[in-house]
Amino acid sequence: MILLTAAPARIPSPSVDWFSILPAIALFAAAIIIVLGRSLIRHDPRVTHAGLFTAIAGVAASAIFTGIQWSFVHSDGPYQAMGGTVAVDGFTVFVQTVILGATLLALLISAGYLRRESLEGAEYYALMLCSATGMMLMASANDFITIFLALEILSISLYVLAAFDRRRLTSQEAGLKYFLLGSFSSAVFLYGIALVYGATGTTNLTGIARFLSQTVLLHDGVLLVGIALLLVGLGFKVAAAPFHMWTPDVYQGAPTPVTAFMAAATKAAAFAAILRIFVGAFSSFSVDWRPEIWGLAVLSLLVGSIAAVVQTDVKRMLAYQSISHAGFILIGVEAASLRGTAAALYYVCVYAVMATGAFAVVMVVARRGDDRHSLSDYRGLAAARPVLAGLLTLFLLAQAGVPLTGGFIAKLGVFSAAVDAGQYWLALIGMLAAVIGAFVYLRIVLAMFAPEEGEVATAESPIRVDGGTATALTIAAAAILFLGIVPGIVLDFARHATQLLAR
Amino acid sequence: MLASITSVASHSSALGYPLLTFLILAPAIGAVVTLLVPGRRPELARAVGYVASMATFAMALFLLVQFDSGASGFQLVESHSWIGAFGITWTLGVDGISLFMVALTALLIPIGLLASAKIDKPKAFTFWMLLLEASVIGVFLALDAIVFFIFFEFVLVPMYFLIAGWGHGNRRYAAMKFFLFTMAGSAFLLLGLLSVAFLHQRDTHTLTFSIPALTDWASAHVHGATAKWLFCAFAIGFAVKVPLVPFHTWLPDAHTDAPTAGSVVLAGVLLKMGTYGFLRFAVPFFPQAAVDLAPILLVVAVIGITYGAIVAAMQPNLKRIIAYSSVAHLGFVVLGIFAFTQQGISGGMFTMISHGLTTGALFLLVGMLYERRHTYEIVDYRGLWKAVPVFGGLFVATTFASIGLPGFSGFVGEFLSLLGAFLTSRWYAVVATTGVILAAVYLLWAVQRAFTGEPDEANKATPEIGFRELVTVVPLLGLSLFLGFYPKPVLDRLQPSVKALVAHVEQHSDYREPAVANLGPVAQAANGAGK
Repeated sequence: MILLTAAPARIPSPSVDWFSILPAIALFAAAIIIVLGRSLIRHDPRVTHAGLFTAIAGVAASAIFTGIQWSFVHSDGPYQAMGGTVAVDGFTVFVQTVILGATLLALLISAGYLRRESLEGAEYYALMLCSATGMMLMASANDFITIFLALEILSISLYVLAAFDRRRLTSQEAGLKYFLLGSFSSAVFLYGIALVYGATGTTNLTGIARFLSQTVLLHDGVLLVGIALLLVGLGFKVAAAPFHMWTPDVYQGAPTPVTAFMAAATKAAAFAAILRIFVGAFSSFSVDWRPEIWGLAVLSLLVGSIAAVVQTDVKRMLAYQSISHAGFILIGVEAASLRGTAAALYYVCVYAVMATGAFAVVMVVARRGDDRHSLSDYRGLAAARPVLAGLLTLFLLAQAGVPLTGGFIAKLGVFSAAVDAGQYWLALIGMLAAVIGAFVYLRIVLAMFAPEEGEVATAESPIRVDGGTATALTIAAAAILFLGIVPGIVLDFARHATQLLAR
Repeated sequence: MLASITSVASHSSALGYPLLTFLILAPAIGAVVTLLVPGRRPELARAVGYVASMATFAMALFLLVQFDSGASGFQLVESHSWIGAFGITWTLGVDGISLFMVALTALLIPIGLLASAKIDKPKAFTFWMLLLEASVIGVFLALDAIVFFIFFEFVLVPMYFLIAGWGHGNRRYAAMKFFLFTMAGSAFLLLGLLSVAFLHQRDTHTLTFSIPALTDWASAHVHGATAKWLFCAFAIGFAVKVPLVPFHTWLPDAHTDAPTAGSVVLAGVLLKMGTYGFLRFAVPFFPQAAVDLAPILLVVAVIGITYGAIVAAMQPNLKRIIAYSSVAHLGFVVLGIFAFTQQGISGGMFTMISHGLTTGALFLLVGMLYERRHTYEIVDYRGLWKAVPVFGGLFVATTFASIGLPGFSGFVGEFLSLLGAFLTSRWYAVVATTGVILAAVYLLWAVQRAFTGEPDEANKATPEIGFRELVTVVPLLGLSLFLGFYPKPVLDRLQPSVKALVAHVEQHSDYREPAVANLGPVAQAANGAGK
């Protein structure tokens, strides 16, 4: 209606500030180089190696650009570019850093995996970088159109990656399932955008926030339905119950490094969008969306942790637990406060590390074929491979929220935010869900350290840890202890990031 | 004017070096060093364990010497910022309430290590024991609520691995149950802590987890239903740890299936983390709520005393008897605390120390029996006193100590705690007194069945106690005897803190200590009892 009555105006062409999306461009450029190299040089096996190095170089370049952005934001304050569709602020920088870290770890554990499964192909790295490009854009997106584009870029690459292990049926199933449900959720998300646009007349997040703070909607039904649909679409991406149905199957079926990447980086990007949209744009409607997030959080916590209890497949347990971790992060979102946003950001960062670490060990233990995921495959692991078992224990205890690991500080953060916001019940439910979660993790730990007599699995093929995975595991273990013992630096970063939100 | 329980003694930094941090760091560093010892050299790992734990013990003795027995506030306080975003500071301090718990921990760990000299996988065992020591000492020294909680939670990890890795029987189940029960309790505790801190922030606009600051604020500003809810949150968290009926079901499993050293530390100090929590958080934070809700806790304590004793009497398993006896003993501690008299609280705290010594010794002795015979069932034992006279004598003496026979530390603690309870909550004390008699029933009955009579072949072949084993038990028994005759050094150091705590409760609630309870120094009554 607005469009029809408005006078025909010149569409302003925005000035393009390439610098604002340079981190994403760096990743995408690396992906293009890999694809080009692959198509020009066909039969040289060194291409795969070169692909890995190009990918890592791309991540490094992207990290450098992100660092420069941070120094700009730090000195000159946050700003918007590309006609307000891209925001360069502390929030962007923080989420981009997390995504880059998760991508780096995923790349490192992928190399050995691809070699082991004879899947070597530079396309894999290109796809992963493409997906990461989408995530980087999502972190900085300040407009629904940009968010949708980013969402599609990251998703389409992930669909292919999930099905990358062509020979394994479960991988194909994972890809197909993820694709079908994912495109469905994208459609729902798009419809949500349309409704919000209809209600507010803009797709720009800053514009929406301004519109809603200046206008009283007499009939806000369209907007509320729009918000709900947006939540459905994003809830799917972060694997929050009740939109979690795909998670166990896809996480279990996808190649394990892809699972790690999906769990760590996708969650970070999607939560960045949730925080920017809900805590940012719809802050004046928090009375309406907070109960919805409350419900999502509680459902995710309960479904994730309780369903994990009955699993016997370790990869599937971790998949269910990723649902409950989404619930913990949603506790931070629900608070709708600076403290809550900072806590959610910190949780996303910690989760990226501990999920990648745990899935890396799962990948190693699965051995060739990527199918030894059952709890019995972990029996007696501590006796056979003490260091590996110790590392997995560290990552699992971190996920359980045991002190002196990053997981504790992350949980402390979201619970603090909930208590600060007066949500005592939500905090209590979260803590009790953590206890159920601990049961699941301890089952795995018990299997490794204290197998029942005569239950020690006889290792027919030895477990091999390649250099890349060893590096990734070392980085992840150091990071999780660092985030737990001296969390101050990253906590302050997250807090600054929240305060430096572009408005 | 009475010194406040939260005051920080003026000579707090007199030492010039952070003794309390060292007390936590020494075993932690020892644990890391143990990890670096090559797996082929188990004797090296054991040596590291002894050195680290003995160094900690030496520092704890030095702490006992340095402690100013006349002061009631926190001493040797050290504070550094840690996690600024949450207002968490690395603040440590010691007062009469925590002093002896630290000393007891430092004493029991080397003894536990020595008692486990023959254990398999010594490297990992030593690692977890030292980590356990560091975290338990951290619990008692922390003056920042989150630091306290971090250690309180972290204690579960080494204990879990000790039970799961070196326990016997249904160890996997026991370890899991122990972990989950306590963690579920901690959920309420954390909720309580966060609530107090954020209510404090709303009121004063500063976020702090400093225990002295929160004590001062909460006792003066949190009233009515809020205080009661928060008190309940804290109480549930600590009640699981103590454990109080009906949260006690993890204890028999954990105690029975843990390895000997695990049981010693579990009974000796881990349970006291719960009662310590009542004294440090629940009561001083919300005195009025504590006074109002005291009847519930007194009832639970009395149930624990009698129920623990009756169930213990029914057990066919020696270790399970001792496990249930812990439920009864800890009941006396809670009874004393919630009497809110100086005698009661002193008695409760004295029982905490005494129970650590006597039950620790009992677990050691039962562990030795298990090493020899691989059974805890009483029916398998008969006439042990004739077969192994020295061992038998020690066992019977330790049993007397545990029952609380006059002359042993147990008597002083239980007597004071009953006396204190009698002054304010007469009928609870009367019922609880039956627990003293029941203790004699279950322990002496077990001794009678296992140690008297004529030994059969298997029992005759039981080897006598060795020198190393004597070294583990005799210090505990000796200390119990010493404190039974001369409890003054301990009571003198407890008293200022106890007096301040009672004064704090009086100041912030409508409770008034009966005049008779304040007639003379507690030590006098106790010395009279000891003779």
